[in-house]
Amino acid sequence: MVVACLTLSGAVGVFGFSFGVGSVAAGASVWQTCALSLFVFTGASQFSAMSVIGAGGSLGSALGGALLLAARNGVYGLAMSRRLDGSLGRRLLAAQLTIDETTAMAVAQPNRREQQIAFWLTGFALYTFWNVGTLIGALTGSAIDPQTFGLDAAFPAGFVAMVWPLLSDRRARLAAAIGGVVFLATVSFLPIGVPILLSVIGVLVGVQRPVPPPVGTEVSRP
Amino acid sequence: MSWTLVIVLALGAYAFKVTGLVILGGRTLPAVVERCLALIPAAVVTALIVKDTFTTGQDLVLDARAAGIAVAVVAAWRKAPLIVVIVLGAAVTALLRQL
Repeated sequence: MVVACLTLSGAVGVFGFSFGVGSVAAGASVWQTCALSLFVFTGASQFSAMSVIGAGGSLGSALGGALLLAARNGVYGLAMSRRLDGSLGRRLLAAQLTIDETTAMAVAQPNRREQQIAFWLTGFALYTFWNVGTLIGALTGSAIDPQTFGLDAAFPAGFVAMVWPLLSDRRARLAAAIGGVVFLATVSFLPIGVPILLSVIGVLVGVQRPVPPPVGTEVSRP
Repeated sequence: MSWTLVIVLALGAYAFKVTGLVILGGRTLPAVVERCLALIPAAVVTALIVKDTFTTGQDLVLDARAAGIAVAVVAAWRKAPLIVVIVLGAAVTALLRQL
């Protein structure tokens, strides 16, 4: 568990670095960039907000897209509430650490005690690495020209790394395709940032109940 | 950039987390709602990839970023670690700009 946690932390530190660089390049100060990582602490939302701001989108559309991406942490909170013990104060602190990685690490453990250890350990490690990475990235980003080093491509490359593991699921691939097509179809005439909001239409794929694969499809092939 | 974004986003993101963990507690959401919420990153992050790779403002453009991200996609497909995906994407984009 500790090894998995440290590997994850290293990756999150790099992610934080690329957020720091990109956020400064998109027009935030070093302080604002660090405040986002300290107080928002949910990567996809932070990246999304700064991506829209950097392109010249409005405050409302930047917030809308970022908050859509933050909504899933509510579902993770539901999953964690069944696994965490402790006072209200402790739960309020746990809430800030409830994100993709901490929930995934916790639910992968076999019993309640280890689930709690995994959650807190991953939570504090990621919080530290994400924020240190962000600070170093923000300072680097303000010292160099991001375009020269291709750092404007760090955002979409980070998004690729973020979305790729999700696409092993057929419904997620369909949702992704719809999101991408809706964006392309509307980007030229809607205000900047709004097409990102509209891309959420892709989740309607989830309305249909999942169909279990027909029995024996894998083995019946010659 | 205004601090409003930082403050509202921080409050909003925390509100979602607290709603799930503290306010709703051990309850469960309807399965269809959980399924749709789980699909948000796939739909929205894919749109963000298209945006940051192929657009400048409202214009569709094809430049060095497209090559960088194509390489990043191949790296992700070959299960390269996250740092490799990001560094390759940035490095290929930077190299093409030097040409």
